[in-house]
Amino acid sequence: MEPLLSSRITPWPYRIEKVIRETHNTFSLDVVPREGASPRTFLPGQFNMLYAFGVGEVPISISGPKPGIQGMIHTIRDVGAVTHALHRLKKGQTVGLRGPFGSAWPIEAAKGNDVVIMAGGIGLAPLRPALYALLDQREQFGEIALLYGARKPEDLLFTKEFETWRGRYGVQVKLTVDIADREWRGNVGVVNSLIQRVNFDPLNTVAMICGPEVMMRFAVPELKRQGILEDRIFITMERNMKCAVGFCGHCQFGPTFICKDGPVFRYDQVRKFFGVREF
Amino acid sequence: MKSLESILAVHPFFKGLEDKYLALVTGCASNVRFEAGQFIHRQDEEANSFYIIREGKVALEVCPPGKNPVTVQTVSDGEILGWAWLIPPYHWQFDAQAVELTRAIVLDGKCLRNKCGEDHTLGYELLSRLLPVIGKTMEATRLQLLDIYGNNH
Repeated sequence: MEPLLSSRITPWPYRIEKVIRETHNTFSLDVVPREGASPRTFLPGQFNMLYAFGVGEVPISISGPKPGIQGMIHTIRDVGAVTHALHRLKKGQTVGLRGPFGSAWPIEAAKGNDVVIMAGGIGLAPLRPALYALLDQREQFGEIALLYGARKPEDLLFTKEFETWRGRYGVQVKLTVDIADREWRGNVGVVNSLIQRVNFDPLNTVAMICGPEVMMRFAVPELKRQGILEDRIFITMERNMKCAVGFCGHCQFGPTFICKDGPVFRYDQVRKFFGVREF
Repeated sequence: MKSLESILAVHPFFKGLEDKYLALVTGCASNVRFEAGQFIHRQDEEANSFYIIREGKVALEVCPPGKNPVTVQTVSDGEILGWAWLIPPYHWQFDAQAVELTRAIVLDGKCLRNKCGEDHTLGYELLSRLLPVIGKTMEATRLQLLDIYGNNH
């Protein structure tokens, strides 16, 4: 049994069940609890703190699995010392895990509405569980549109799933990249340009966006131009998270802590601070 | 079958354009079709037309010396292709290749330039429609330059 007080700040041992190579610098770790650690459930949009023993700890979005399947998948870009150490781990090895933490995508609140999901780069990772949840209860939602952009075709995540998603009734999947060679038959341009290429009823649409902040700064006005209301736009914020429980203040964003009050925010609740220089 | 004028009249680009100007524009318009892989224009060729893509997809490519062509933008259904016909010396800056079967309305840029020269209100109407397209492309290009999905973000 986990000690009650320390359960949120003590990493628990999780075994790596599977390592999935997603792109040249991005990989996924599917982890299950080792003996003594209790299984956790998560909500789409939440994150865990993954600890590479002897190196350090980083916040990582939970990117799966589908509802009803055991384990938690974390999709990670190899960019620093900790993520590099995580990248070196193999099946059967152990990581420390704390979590899940943070707020979730508004799946329940979106029922009865069209849903626009907009992702850039690795931002698709925390949105994938939301997409799974929407598809799991497909009849509860109207049109579902996934708009996804990456730098190059080879940087696109979860490419094997696009056709499955496209095959579902009322699901529109639009992909774009910033730059490509002639092998690529899809769109080239920024992800914002895809908004006008999908059908949705703006007044009855919930939008969920995850990507680099600069992308979201341009995406939100575009969604508003299409008629989606501010209180129906949800974004994820990213800052330097350390404790993940609102103690340390590293991820303070105005009056909120990203780790505790976010990472998913309703846009109108953070608009005042969103895009403020050096904030 | 719909007339070109009726098609142009409902296109967002020409929304609100007076009938007499729409008739002038239609006088410079015709239907075109490009097979997948067909080049619509090549870099440095004279630019005397612009296109309203009705259906399909067109890739704008740059050919760096000694390297393979790079696609920097695609234009698809309902979008506008080309404004080099407005900017001297009226040469295309990119190659444009149909990625898939593409149907479009082509407008004769030379014909339009003459008509705009004779009637500045038409010129203003067309420019005020083209500038947002150019502005949006420029905004998108800046975002692409930022490499926003890269490792440093």
